[in-house]
Amino acid sequence: MTDNDNYMVDGAGRRWFLKQSTALAGTLLLPPLATPSSALPGTVPAASSTARPITLRVNRKTYKLTAEPRETLLDLMRNRLNLTGSKKGCDHGQCGACTVHIDGRRAYSCLTLAVMQQGRDITTIEGLGTESALHPLQAAFIEHDGFQCGFCTPGQLMAGAALLREGHTGSADEIREWMSGNICRCGAYPGIVAAIQSVKKGGTPG
Amino acid sequence: MKNFQYTEASQPAQAVQQIGAGRDTKFVAGGTNLVDLMKYGIEQPDTLIDISRLELAKIEKTATGIRIGALARNSDMAEHPLVTSQFPLLAEALLAGASPQLRNMATLGGNLMQRTRCNYFYDISQPCNKRQGPTAQAGCGALEGYNRIHAILGLESGDLNQSCIATNPSDMNVALAALDAVVNVSGPAGQRAIPIRDFHRLAGKKPQQDTTLAPNELITSIDLTTPQRAGKSHYLKVRDRASYAFALVSVAARLVVESGRIQDVRLALGGVAHKPWRLTSVEQQLIGKPATEASFREAARQLVAGAKGFEHNAFKIELAQSAIVRALQTVAA
Repeated sequence: MTDNDNYMVDGAGRRWFLKQSTALAGTLLLPPLATPSSALPGTVPAASSTARPITLRVNRKTYKLTAEPRETLLDLMRNRLNLTGSKKGCDHGQCGACTVHIDGRRAYSCLTLAVMQQGRDITTIEGLGTESALHPLQAAFIEHDGFQCGFCTPGQLMAGAALLREGHTGSADEIREWMSGNICRCGAYPGIVAAIQSVKKGGTPG
Repeated sequence: MKNFQYTEASQPAQAVQQIGAGRDTKFVAGGTNLVDLMKYGIEQPDTLIDISRLELAKIEKTATGIRIGALARNSDMAEHPLVTSQFPLLAEALLAGASPQLRNMATLGGNLMQRTRCNYFYDISQPCNKRQGPTAQAGCGALEGYNRIHAILGLESGDLNQSCIATNPSDMNVALAALDAVVNVSGPAGQRAIPIRDFHRLAGKKPQQDTTLAPNELITSIDLTTPQRAGKSHYLKVRDRASYAFALVSVAARLVVESGRIQDVRLALGGVAHKPWRLTSVEQQLIGKPATEASFREAARQLVAGAKGFEHNAFKIELAQSAIVRALQTVAA
């Protein structure tokens, strides 16, 4: 897929690939021809009088769909865009498993209303690296045992990748403080800190 | 989450107009507190007005200090050169709060309006005067419940079961109280400036009301006046884990010492009352005194005078005094 992929998403969460041409991208920014979501089965809540067409840009792909204002970015990505890498841990901004980057800054997608994120660039774990070209921090997590069960790992990686850009990696203590928004029940913290330090030393913050 | 109407505001004046038009309408910007409260059903607005794209995020110099726009993110404030150079106390308090992700989302205005983290306020199966309002006669679940994180100062002198013993959870607000911030708000009748000490309120007989902001007013900015003598400042936060936890007790301290004597001092406490706790009379009494532990202890004693401990939080009375002394010793060193 290219950077210019466009999708329309129906109420059942099915994605329809549309076009790859940048020349046509302008026309695709028009309100979508979406079927009224209330007529479709799936994850759109029944009372859809408040539903509206929205356009989101996630991992450099454009998605057009109808969404309720109450849908969080996390729920919408997981349930309807098939982007299940961001995890729903606490759903209350206390665990960090849902961490994504919004315009390059790390944020909790569970406390973010999707409708408010139009026009912003959202990056999830699916957009951080690929299987053939891991982000340096992903490789470092494998090297340094930065995870056990793996549930918090997407959030840890998104937080860690942001931290490497922000700085604040001067010492293990500083890394711990700036990674405190991500909880790991397996206690992989020493490996996580070591992984971040190794990428910092390698000079490839990504 | 209950369904709601969503609308975007493009100008502050339009936002004020929109909030006046609806019955149960709220502003949303960072969403870190409001969206959470809506998930629990504690807040159930009919309409949300998205103010996150208003041009209110600037941090700029003024004739007397700096002005911070209401939509400035906590992380932007904490890193801004005007803040770190002139108001390091504010930067320190901001960085003591929440997590990097939340600081990237949460705004100045939202932090000023942050609701309490009282467990009984958050649990809709529990009685809570703050959540259920004055007519419900609900009572206070924390009073006879697990009240470890609750207030020890500024409590209602009448029937506490008709009031509230919750605390204001914000670190930023404690620093702003010490710095005498002024909150600029815009409403249907125009603009007004509210000194921070009058912005947050004690629970009293209106526990549902955290601030003196009217429901149809919009916070646009705060003003901070640069002190003539900066001295040294420190935000000391005592909590159950080293990071990413609300304060049990916190102290915002700024101190100017010359030839061993105190020239100027600011002291505000967090985690102990329904609003940041500051007594200017105690600060006045410190002026001219030697910057010694004895002076600090006496000030600490006065600052928590009249404190009342409940079953699980009486430790805060001693803890607050120790924290005050330690914070002052840190800035006197």
